[in-house]
Amino acid sequence: MATGPQVITANRLRDGRVVFLAEGERWVEAVGQSQVANDEAATTALSAIADRAVAAREVVAPYLIEVTRDGDRLTPRRYREVLRAIGPSTHPEFGRPNTVTATGQE
Amino acid sequence: MYRYDNYDQTLVDERVAQFRGQVARRVAGDLTEDEFKPLRLMNGLYLQLHAYMLRVAIPYGTLSSKQLRKLAHIARRYDKGYGHFTTRQNIQFNWINLEETPDILAELATVEMHAIQTSGNCIRNVTADHFAGVAADEIEDPRIYSEIIRQWSTFHPEFSFLPRKFKIAVTGSPHDRAAVKVHDIGLRMHRNEAGEAGFEVLVGGGQGRTPVIAKTIRPFLPKRHLLSYLEAILRIYNQLGRRDNLYKSRIKILVDSVGVDRFTQLVEEEWQQIRDGYLELPAAEIERIRGYFAPPPYRAFDDKPADFEAQLRRDFRFGRWVRTNVTPHKRPGYAIVTLSLKPVGGIPGDATDAQMDAVADLADRYSFGEIRVTHEQNLVLTDVAKSDLYALWQRLVELELATPNIGLAGDIIACPGLDYCALANARSIPVAQRISRQLGDLTRLLDIGELKIKISGCINACGHHHVGHIGILGVDKKGEEFYQVTLGGSADENASLGDIVGPAFSADNVVGAVETIIDTYLTVRQGGERFLDTYRRIGLAPFKEKLYAAH
Repeated sequence: MATGPQVITANRLRDGRVVFLAEGERWVEAVGQSQVANDEAATTALSAIADRAVAAREVVAPYLIEVTRDGDRLTPRRYREVLRAIGPSTHPEFGRPNTVTATGQE
Repeated sequence: MYRYDNYDQTLVDERVAQFRGQVARRVAGDLTEDEFKPLRLMNGLYLQLHAYMLRVAIPYGTLSSKQLRKLAHIARRYDKGYGHFTTRQNIQFNWINLEETPDILAELATVEMHAIQTSGNCIRNVTADHFAGVAADEIEDPRIYSEIIRQWSTFHPEFSFLPRKFKIAVTGSPHDRAAVKVHDIGLRMHRNEAGEAGFEVLVGGGQGRTPVIAKTIRPFLPKRHLLSYLEAILRIYNQLGRRDNLYKSRIKILVDSVGVDRFTQLVEEEWQQIRDGYLELPAAEIERIRGYFAPPPYRAFDDKPADFEAQLRRDFRFGRWVRTNVTPHKRPGYAIVTLSLKPVGGIPGDATDAQMDAVADLADRYSFGEIRVTHEQNLVLTDVAKSDLYALWQRLVELELATPNIGLAGDIIACPGLDYCALANARSIPVAQRISRQLGDLTRLLDIGELKIKISGCINACGHHHVGHIGILGVDKKGEEFYQVTLGGSADENASLGDIVGPAFSADNVVGAVETIIDTYLTVRQGGERFLDTYRRIGLAPFKEKLYAAH
């Protein structure tokens, strides 16, 4: 029951870091590089890739999150997911930009 | 300090080796996440928002300088250079790698530390008065009994899979600094009519979704029966506590559902079966453990050394710090010093690796090498000669550990909140930082007086909001952070739960609401009333009126 564009996020098994599923079955740290699913068929396909990554011990606990798209920027809808994407608001020096495009960081 | 014997050391070393094997099997694919998760949690390793978080037990908040240096080393070598002291007197590291965790645990084991029973449905790290052994009003040192409980509860085979987690707190003083009335079991030492020291046993306190003040089920328990009585309570809970509903699984719900009289009767009946058995504590065993906590080699000092008195007169800032951060010691010429981990605008409870190393050095130089962690997220040097206070203070100022705000509105408790925690609904730390900055002026803080502000990012109440004089609870309203405010809570011997003032405030408005509450108090307080005194006199209505008048 998707209400808008969605991406898949998870935590990397070995270091627990937040990652997003990108094109080519890669897991990346920048939400802006995520592969976006716009319909149910696409989310099903992404979920299948994520399940394989769990079986391959690459990531744990993957799930879909809703994002908003502004041009080629992606921002999670829920604030919790924004924090996961950018890091703790109290330590910006440990964070990473969430306004990241498919071609690189701004 | 507690000491591991060969048996303790072997157990902890074996657990490290066991976990190393489990991590290897997980990474190799021999364990699924579902299989592995309970194993890592049994070793204090959580998966939080941004990474793995390791919660390390600090037994009843007591640390040696050597242990604190080890924690500093772990922060530097395996984390991002800091750790977070929690409301359970523990420390959490927020950026841990799974594969390095066995190495961290091995390092901890070399200084008699571990992360066992910092998670899961077992008896957690026992907490105690952070001024244990030195408080002027103390009847007996609660560390002795905390250590006895720790030895009994660690790897207790019968209580490894309780209905839910279980927390025990101990105070040896009439003034309760350990919040015993909001624990599953609270133990309050006092004297009976014959003058013997023993425990009042309180059961079923707690915060979280259903906050409850604990009820006394035994007014006086002789010390020799401590473990058999605890065992009886745990047995009744283990047998009758609910396992079908997470929200009804704590002992407070059981006590409420069967009634305190019936619960007491069940415990007493069980206790009669076991009271004179192997759990009876021989006086010699209590004395053996007491030996671990023997007073350090105090020197005979004048209680008012001339140099200290002169420094107080000469340096206003020093005097202000002494007033708020220094507590009377039971020995003449000594003082208890609280190091504030609440700099103005800072993150409550966070300490950098450099600060931890420096505090360890200061403990060695000025306080017999021992440090305490408070449940209010500060550090304590328990045994400082008054003549050394000025030099210590100067160094603490350099380290940003001398903010003169202990017990004042700037000394805010905050859980990690949504910035780190997978359970949280809203952020806690930034709210604490904004309030701290807003109230930053130290003269104003002193004028406001004792005021405990406690902030939780979700209903689980790790930030103790229910017992804050002003409590703040983060809630999620359609994806936005809102904050519910309670007034009149208290965690001391006159414990009370806060009352909700009304509809929650937005993140933008919550700091202003705290300002309004404080201004209202300042307007209506009488004489030397503290905030809590005023609240108990006038109640919610005047605050509510001011807060919602414009809405």
